[in-house]
Amino acid sequence: MEQFQVRGTTERRAGGNRDRAVIGVNASGNLEVLVERVLPDSECLVDVATAVTGFGRIWEAVIQEFLERTSPGGLKFSINDGGARPDTVTLRLLQSVRLMEDEA
Amino acid sequence: MSNPVQPNEADWYEASARERIDGLLDPKSFVEFLGPEQRAVSPHLAQFDLTGAFDDGIVVGRGRLDGQEVFVAAQEGRFLGGAFGEVHGAKLVGILRAARDGANNDGPRAVLLLLDTGGVRLQEANAGELAISEIVDAVVKVRSAGIPILALVGGRAGAFGGGGIITACCSRIVVSEHARVSVSGPEVIEINKGVEEFDSRDRALVWRVCGARTRYLTGGADRYVKGSIRDFREAALALIRNAPSFDLVTLVAEQQRLMERLQRFGDCRDAPDIWRKMGLPEPERIAELDDDAFLAIRTKGADHDAR
Repeated sequence: MEQFQVRGTTERRAGGNRDRAVIGVNASGNLEVLVERVLPDSECLVDVATAVTGFGRIWEAVIQEFLERTSPGGLKFSINDGGARPDTVTLRLLQSVRLMEDEA
Repeated sequence: MSNPVQPNEADWYEASARERIDGLLDPKSFVEFLGPEQRAVSPHLAQFDLTGAFDDGIVVGRGRLDGQEVFVAAQEGRFLGGAFGEVHGAKLVGILRAARDGANNDGPRAVLLLLDTGGVRLQEANAGELAISEIVDAVVKVRSAGIPILALVGGRAGAFGGGGIITACCSRIVVSEHARVSVSGPEVIEINKGVEEFDSRDRALVWRVCGARTRYLTGGADRYVKGSIRDFREAALALIRNAPSFDLVTLVAEQQRLMERLQRFGDCRDAPDIWRKMGLPEPERIAELDDDAFLAIRTKGADHDAR
């Protein structure tokens, strides 16, 4: 298991009014993402716990690209990962931001 | 883009624990207790270098089913096989005790257990076994207080080990074709008794022994449904209305039924032998029928036991 954080600065507040959402399951090749609207609008944070060690640089790249695409200001993402591929990680992160835009 | 699939048309087997609850209950009625943001995670898994789940693999809360207040617990079968650990078990015990405590006031009309579990988590086995005992105790007390408990089983993990025992203690049991309900799982039997006793890779054998159709035809499940979340919802609504009372008369009748079943089928070597004795048409083909054809078979045995 490996744990690390990726912090980012954001240009704008993430859309929607929901306080939190959860998507996905921590299973083999999958991950769960818990999103909470708990940070200032100019910040975001991704907290990762992954079952697979040694892929920190790929995580960093995937998360940075996600932050650039969505600018999720104010959101804290917590991840429990069961060895998901990078495309699955991106998909779940995008789904989680989309869920925060749903009606509360 | 419009929603191509409404939530309750979705397949129970493919859905997550949260999707099952959302599709089962009235829209937006679910209120979760101890949700993922509370981070009630397992204190043990990290010692084994395992990542946890924010809800420890079980979602508990209350909601409405056709307007009636119900308590609900759903296991996530894809996280550690839905297995029971300390926190996971405590959450289920907690919701059952809350149901019991509300029995004479504003308590729930019923408790729905969406079981999807391989049994107890090996990494926290003692705590898990204790949890199973506490859950069985709590199930009995909830039923004694006059609140029916329904087991809904149709996930990929089935209901094994302590999960099989809990299922059997419920007022009513609903299964879909994917469901398997048993105590010792096929691989456990094979490891302990050898492949000649039980070949766990023979999926047809596994389903003939502990699968939904066998359970239903022999009275181990009360309702067989086709497998959408809506099917489970409709079955739950119907069964809440006719749940049996939990008293001595019911238990004596159930004991009698089981003794007669053992006497009648005790020498059968495989499920088709039972179907033949029951006089079912084409006993070898029961497993191959589609759900509609299977449901057309009228049988005695189901729907008249202690559950």
